Amino acid sequence: MKMGYYPGCSISGSSREYGESLLAVLRALDVELAEVEDWNCCGASAAHNLNHTLSLALPARSLALAEQQGFQELLVPCAACFSRLAATRKALMADDAKRRQIADLVELPMKNIPVSINLLQLLQRVLPENLKEKLRAPFDYKVACYYGCLLVRPAEVVEFDREEDPEEMDRIMEKIGAAPLDWAFKTECCGAGFSVPRTDVVGRLCARILDDAVSRGAEAVIVACPMCHSNLDMRRQASESHSGKKYTIPILYVTQAIGLALGLDAKQLGLQRHIVPVRLSAGKSSQILENAPA
Amino acid sequence: MSTAQTHSAQNLTLADCLLQETGVDIRRCYQCGKCSAGCPMAAEMDYPSSVWMRMLQTGRPDLEKAVLKSQSIWLCLSCESCYVRCPMEIDIPRVADFLRAASKRRGLVHPRARNILRFHTAFLDSIRYTGRLYEMGMVVDYKVRSRKWWQDLLTAPGLFLRGKLNLLPHRVKHPKAMRKLFKWAAEDKEARI
Ligand code: SF4
Ligand code: SF4
Repeated sequence: MKMGYYPGCSISGSSREYGESLLAVLRALDVELAEVEDWNCCGASAAHNLNHTLSLALPARSLALAEQQGFQELLVPCAACFSRLAATRKALMADDAKRRQIADLVELPMKNIPVSINLLQLLQRVLPENLKEKLRAPFDYKVACYYGCLLVRPAEVVEFDREEDPEEMDRIMEKIGAAPLDWAFKTECCGAGFSVPRTDVVGRLCARILDDAVSRGAEAVIVACPMCHSNLDMRRQASESHSGKKYTIPILYVTQAIGLALGLDAKQLGLQRHIVPVRLSAGKSSQILENAPA
Repeated sequence: MSTAQTHSAQNLTLADCLLQETGVDIRRCYQCGKCSAGCPMAAEMDYPSSVWMRMLQTGRPDLEKAVLKSQSIWLCLSCESCYVRCPMEIDIPRVADFLRAASKRRGLVHPRARNILRFHTAFLDSIRYTGRLYEMGMVVDYKVRSRKWWQDLLTAPGLFLRGKLNLLPHRVKHPKAMRKLFKWAAEDKEARI
C-alpha cells in the first residue's frame, strides 16, 4: 500500500519547491506516494481564528476522502496542515457526535480516520542505515535546524519529538554529513500567517532567528515547513529592514539538503525558486550553487 | 460595578461560556506569568495572555469587554509556546480563538487589528468557493479590503519569475461539499456568543 500524500495549498503554489524536492528525494529512495484525490484546504490559521467548527470541518473532509481512498497514513509535509489534520483527527476521535455530523455532511463513513505524519517522521523511517555510502556529495555544512512551532507543539497533537529542544531534524542532517549546531531559536515562532497582514511582525521575529543562526556560524538554515521558509526567505527584506543588517544565509528545505547530498540536480530540487540565492561555499563538497532565476 | 453583574441573559461570565464551549477552565490560572514571559508577541500586546486570564477571572463585564476590544487577542500567532509551558496546562491559544470569535461577533474588533481580520476573511472566502487557497486571488481580495495597494507590489514579479504564483485557481471537484461545510460551520455556537 502506497502512503497517502496531502500536499496542501502552499506546496501547490508559492512553496512548490518543497513538493518538488520531496518527490525527487522520495523517488530516489524508492518511496511511493499517492496524492489524496480531491483534497481541500485545511483552513490553516484563518479557520481556527474565526470559527472552531470550520477548523475541524475543512480538514475532516480531506481525511474522510483519504479514508475512502484506502489510506491509513498520510504524509503531510506542511507543518501547519500537519497540525490541523492531526488536531482534527484527535478532536473527532474524542467527539463522536461531531464526527457523525461531519460524516453525514461529506457523505463519507469516517470510521477509521487516517493518521497524519510529518515529513521528518517519514524520513526517520525511510532513510536507509547505509545512507552515508549512497551520498554523492555529503552536505558538510554547519546548519541551524529550525523546527518552528507546529511540527513539535503541542505534544499531544503532534506526538513527535521534544517540544522545547527537538532533535529529529538534527539527526537527519548528521546522516547526510552536515554539522547541526546547538542554537537558541529552534522552536521560536517565525510570524506564521502574518506574512501579508503584518509583515513587520514577521520581519522582527525572523531577524532574531537569522541573527542567532548567523552568529553561531551557520551556513544554512534548514526547515520543514512552507510558512517558515517563506517568512525566512521570501520575506528576507522585512528582516533586513527591521534589524538594519544584511543577511545572506540561505534557507533550505530538509529535502533540498538531502537531495543535494544524494547528488540530485539543483533545478529538480527547485533551488532556483528561492528569493535568497543558495550559495554554499565551495571546498568541502565542492558545490557552488547559483540560482538567479533564468 | 458589581461583580455579580454579567453580560448575558443566563448570568454567565465570559469565562463560564468559555468553559462550556471549549472545556478550557481559566479559573485554574494562578498568575505565574510563564505564558507571557515566552510569548513572541507579548511586547506588542496591550494585555499579554496572563493579564487577560486575570481580567476574565474577575468576571467583571467591563474587563471582559476590554479583553474583547484588545489588540492582543488578534496579535496571538497561535504558536502554542504558552500552552506547552503553562504549569496548569491551560490551552491559551484555544482561549484566544474563542475570544476572537466573540470579539468579531460583538463588533468589538480593535481598529488596528482589522487588517488581520480582513486577511483571515479573504483567506476563508478564497477556499469557500474553490476548496483550495488561490494565493494571488486572496492577496488581491485582501488588498481591496485593506486598501494596502502598494505593499508587496515589488515582490510579485520576483515570485512570478520563480514560478511561485499560480495564475488560475485550483478547484476541488465537489465545490458543493465545501459550501455545505461552510454553511454548517456558520451555525457554530462560539461564533454566536
Ligand atoms: S500562542 Fe499566542 S499567546 Fe501563546 S505564546 Fe504564542 S503568540 Fe503568545
Ligand atoms: S502560564 Fe498558565 S498559570 Fe501561568 S499565568 Fe499563564 S495561564 Fe496562568
